[in-house]
Amino acid sequence: MRKVMTGHKAVAEAMRQIEPDVVAVYPITPQSEIAEYYAEYVHDGIVHTELVPVESEHSAMSACVGAAAAGARVMTATASQGLALMVEVLYIAASMRLPIVMALANRALSGPINIHCDHSDAYLARDSGAIQIFCESAQEAYDYMLMAQRVAEHDEVRLPAIVNLDGFTLTHSSQVVEPLPDGVAKKFVGNYKPFYPLLDVDHPATWGPFAMPDYYFELKRAQAAAMEKVPAAFLEVQKHYSKISGRRYAGFVEGYKLDDAERALVVMGSTAGTAKAAVDQLRAKGEKVGLLKVWLFRPFPGKEIAAALAHVERVAVLDRALSFGAMGALYCDLAAAFVHAVHRPTFVNYIYGLGGRDTTVDQLVQVFAELKDAHPDEGLRYIGLRE
Amino acid sequence: MPVKAKPIPEAVPGVRHPMEKYLRTDRLPHIWCAGCGLGSALSCFLYALDELGWDPNSVAVVSGIGCTGRIAGYVRLDSYHTTHGRAIPFATGLKLAKPDLHVVVFSGDGDLFAIGGNHFIHAARRNVDLTILCVNNFNYGMTGGQVGPTTPLEGLTTTTPYGNFEHPFNLVHLAASAGASYVARWTTLDGRRLQRAMVEAMRKKGLTFVEILSPCPTNYGRRNKLGDGLDELRYYAKHALIRHGADPKEAEIVPGHDFLVGKFVDVEKPTYLEMYEAKVRELGGKR
Repeated sequence: MRKVMTGHKAVAEAMRQIEPDVVAVYPITPQSEIAEYYAEYVHDGIVHTELVPVESEHSAMSACVGAAAAGARVMTATASQGLALMVEVLYIAASMRLPIVMALANRALSGPINIHCDHSDAYLARDSGAIQIFCESAQEAYDYMLMAQRVAEHDEVRLPAIVNLDGFTLTHSSQVVEPLPDGVAKKFVGNYKPFYPLLDVDHPATWGPFAMPDYYFELKRAQAAAMEKVPAAFLEVQKHYSKISGRRYAGFVEGYKLDDAERALVVMGSTAGTAKAAVDQLRAKGEKVGLLKVWLFRPFPGKEIAAALAHVERVAVLDRALSFGAMGALYCDLAAAFVHAVHRPTFVNYIYGLGGRDTTVDQLVQVFAELKDAHPDEGLRYIGLRE
Repeated sequence: MPVKAKPIPEAVPGVRHPMEKYLRTDRLPHIWCAGCGLGSALSCFLYALDELGWDPNSVAVVSGIGCTGRIAGYVRLDSYHTTHGRAIPFATGLKLAKPDLHVVVFSGDGDLFAIGGNHFIHAARRNVDLTILCVNNFNYGMTGGQVGPTTPLEGLTTTTPYGNFEHPFNLVHLAASAGASYVARWTTLDGRRLQRAMVEAMRKKGLTFVEILSPCPTNYGRRNKLGDGLDELRYYAKHALIRHGADPKEAEIVPGHDFLVGKFVDVEKPTYLEMYEAKVRELGGKR
């Protein structure tokens, strides 16, 4: 049944259906309402979850790691500085192969302090070993919360997963969302079978021990191998989910009017919606423009992106965070994906929307116009910046 | 410092804040809710500062994140708005780098005692020469009223909709146990007493701590049916018992019961810097 709800509520609904054993959270704007909705489910007895309102995000992720190692299905949610505090322990979660799923209400990192959206928090955790998915809408946030659970818990994966939804733009605005019936969602998510749980006292195990130069390297390689298993698991889960939801999820990226496009934007998150409006406007005037929206950011689907953009002549890659001293992170990944390609589009990198700066349809139409003769040697470009 | 501030419109014609010289009036009106105690707490601090007569250039205010954290942005002093929980380590660094500076930490219960709790106990243990002013409103007001480290048992918050079942901190007891040189508690109703405590705390060497109980009518007060800000002050008038020198253990706050305010600890002991300098001298170094 279609309902009107905020991104917060959509995420909380997915969490309710997943019904993890433990949720450990700390309040932070613009995430707090996810925890508040979930607290109501817990206290109303709707879910059996143990909710731990810990004293910081560092403690939240630490509690998640402890509970997950014990054998529990575990979730959390945070934003910005909260993720920054979690990152130390997120690396531990990934290295311990604990499938903790979290919603990240994307918000700019301090300083200066700012509560609005950009992707600097997600980029901070880029190399943590967590799977990262970006969502365009509250519907996608709901859908990917369920799918992320399956991917993270996939027997060959067992890694933490972050579902990114743009702070305020998606978390606080009301949209039409069609959740799955509880039974269907629960059946899709299924039961969780932990590996080597600490609570299995008949089979004692040690978690998180020291690894010196003689083994550290091999362990990290094993972790990389788990990440390499994600794409196949992701496609498998998407296929199953598409069947039960009637919504089409097929691939790590989504093209919009891309097949015959000469110029294209590459973007992650809610700005994809704005970009679609810009594409439509220019298509109405006969311009061959399109969009590539990236769902899966980690692991980075370089090959698939290269294939999807192979025919495009000029591409603007939009990064919603600065990687000081380098080009944008998404741009760098994309450039690397094309390094061996015979045909390479001309790439230009734009930085946009930092600290919640609005990005409009008109601005993206302008980007398409600039793209006609933009030269990559000009370095970073900025959208909507006063200079 | 000093910044040129543009005048703000008078809320009441002809009436201005008497301590306006210490306020960044260009940042006003403030963001606090009607009935919140933060305005009173800030006013008491400004009057205390005026009473001390210190050169404003010798005072720094450090805040963390939260409603109280906004104070750093409103005072026309050198001030710093740190990340969540980190006001005390920032202030410690500031004090060690500039021992002549009067460093005041002004932050909330969630910031100082949840995410930053570790820093508080260690600053108190070391007796770092800081004044810590903690506005306790019993929940995380800024983020919408979640359960925090001082939420009383059975307190209703957005994350404890049927009542809190976690033991809260007794901040007076915690500060005293951790080693603070001065510990007092007042409510925002006790304007003059609070001002006096702030003056004493700021004059005194070592780690000095003042807990300020404050109404939060928008979040904690509303959910717990405590009425508006004025009703909460009436509650303080009815239930606050002044007991100077009382055992900090007795300073627990239980809703519906009387609670203690006053000065609980006022002792002399060497500060962190004095201990450090003594060690340097003992080893033949120069300071």
